[in-house]
Amino acid sequence: MTNLAQQHLSYRAAFALVVKRDLTIALRHKDDIINPLLFFIIVVTLFPLGIGPEANTLSRIAPGIIWVAALLATLLSLDRLFKSDHADGSLEQMLLSPHPIFILVLAKIVAHWLITGLPLIIIAPLLAVLLHLHEQSYAALMLTLLLGTPVLSLLGAIGVALTVGIKKGGVLLSLLVLPLYIPVLIFATSAIDTAALSLPYSGQLAIIAALFFGSLTLAPFAVGAALKVSTN
Amino acid sequence: MWKWLHPYANPEVSYHFCGKLQPWFFRLSFLFLAIGLVWALAYAPADYQQGDSFRIFYIHVPAAILSMGIYFAMAVAALSSLVWQLKLADASAAALAPIGAVFAAIALITGAAWGKPMWGTWWIWDARLTSELILLFLYLGVIALHNAFEDKNLAGKAAGILALVGVINLPIIHYSVEWWNTLHQGATVTKLGAPSMASSMYWPFLICFVGFSLLTGAIACQRFRTEILARNSMRPWVRNLAIAQTQGS
Repeated sequence: MTNLAQQHLSYRAAFALVVKRDLTIALRHKDDIINPLLFFIIVVTLFPLGIGPEANTLSRIAPGIIWVAALLATLLSLDRLFKSDHADGSLEQMLLSPHPIFILVLAKIVAHWLITGLPLIIIAPLLAVLLHLHEQSYAALMLTLLLGTPVLSLLGAIGVALTVGIKKGGVLLSLLVLPLYIPVLIFATSAIDTAALSLPYSGQLAIIAALFFGSLTLAPFAVGAALKVSTN
Repeated sequence: MWKWLHPYANPEVSYHFCGKLQPWFFRLSFLFLAIGLVWALAYAPADYQQGDSFRIFYIHVPAAILSMGIYFAMAVAALSSLVWQLKLADASAAALAPIGAVFAAIALITGAAWGKPMWGTWWIWDARLTSELILLFLYLGVIALHNAFEDKNLAGKAAGILALVGVINLPIIHYSVEWWNTLHQGATVTKLGAPSMASSMYWPFLICFVGFSLLTGAIACQRFRTEILARNSMRPWVRNLAIAQTQGS
C-alpha cells in the first residue's frame, strides 16, 4: 500500500519536475515566449491592412483571422518543444528514465501550452477589439481559445516528435500538423460566429472539449512512439 | 493462420510471391477496365439531367473510393508494423501512399472537370471536396515525412505513426467539414443493397471499380517489390538476383 502511494507520488513529482524545468528554461529565454506572441499580433494587424479598415467586414472575419493567426503562432513555437532537448541529449535520458513516457511527454506539452497558449489567450481580447469583434462573441472567443489551444499543443507535439530528428523539419512540420488542426478551427470559428448572432454555442464548445479530451488521452501515446522512432 | 502467413515475413519470399501475383493483377485489371470503360463511356445510357458529362463518374467515384480505401489499408499496415514489428508492413505502407495520393488527385481533378459544366465553377468549398483535398494533404504529409528520413526503416515507422494519427482524425475532419458546409449530392453508390441508380449504369460502374482496384493491386505489387529491393540491397539474395539478371540479358 505504501509502495503504491509512493509510486503515485513519484509520478506526480516527475510530472511537476518536468513542467518546472521547462518553465525555468523558457523564462530564461524570454524571446521564445515573446516572439510567437509578436508574430500573432503582427499577423492579425496585417489583415486589416490587406482587406481594408471597414468595421463590418472586419468584425465578420475576425474569428477566422484570430484563430488562423493563433494556429500559425502555435506552429511557430512548436519547434522548441523537443528540439533543444534532442540536441543536448536530455530527451534520450527522459526516454530511458523509469517513469512512463506518457507522463513526461504530457508534462512537456503542458509546459509548452503555459508558455505559448496562455499568453495568446490573454492577448486575444485586445486583438478582438482591434478587429471590431461583436461584443457578445468575446466569451465564446475566450472559451474556444481556452479549450482549443491545448488541442493545438497536443496534436502539434506529435508532428514535432516525428520531425525532431530531421534537419529541415520546419516546413515539413506545417504540412504534417496543419491538416490535423482543421476540426478545431472549424468548430471554434463556428462557435464564435454563432455567439455573434446571440445563439447558444454550447454544441460547438462540447465538440471542442471532446477533441481536447480525446487528444489529451491519445496524443501522448503517439508522441511517445514517435520520439522512440526519432531518437532511434 | 500464423503458420500460413509466417514465410511471407521473409522479404525474399514475398518478393517472389508479389512477382507472381503482379502479372495476374495487370491482366485482370486490363480486362476489367477495357470492358468497364468501353461499356461506361460508349454504351451506358446518358443521364436524363446531366447528359453525357456524368460519364466522368465512372472514373471519379472509383478514384475517390480507392483514395480513402488505400489510406485505410495504409493505416492497417502501419498498425501491424507497430504492433507486430513486421518490417514488410512498413514497406507496403510506403508502397501504397503515392498510389493513394494519385487517386485523390484524380478524384479532385475529375470532380473539378465535372463541376465546371454542372455547377458552373471549377471549385466550391463543399464538404466532400474539402475533405478529399485534406485527404490529399494527409497523403502528401506521409510521403514527405517518408522522404525526409534517410534510414528507410525509421522512415517507415515515422510515416506509419502519422498515418495512424491521420486515420483517427480523418472521420473527425470529414464530419466537421460536412457540418461546416455541404452542397455535394449524397452517396449514391455506397448505399449497399439498393443503389439509387439504374442497373444499366450500375454494372459498368462496378466493373470499372473492380478494374481500378486490380490496377491498384498491380501497381502496389510493383512498388512493394522495389521497396523490398531498396531496403535489402545489401543482402546476398538481392545481389544474386542482380547478377542473374545481368547475365540473362
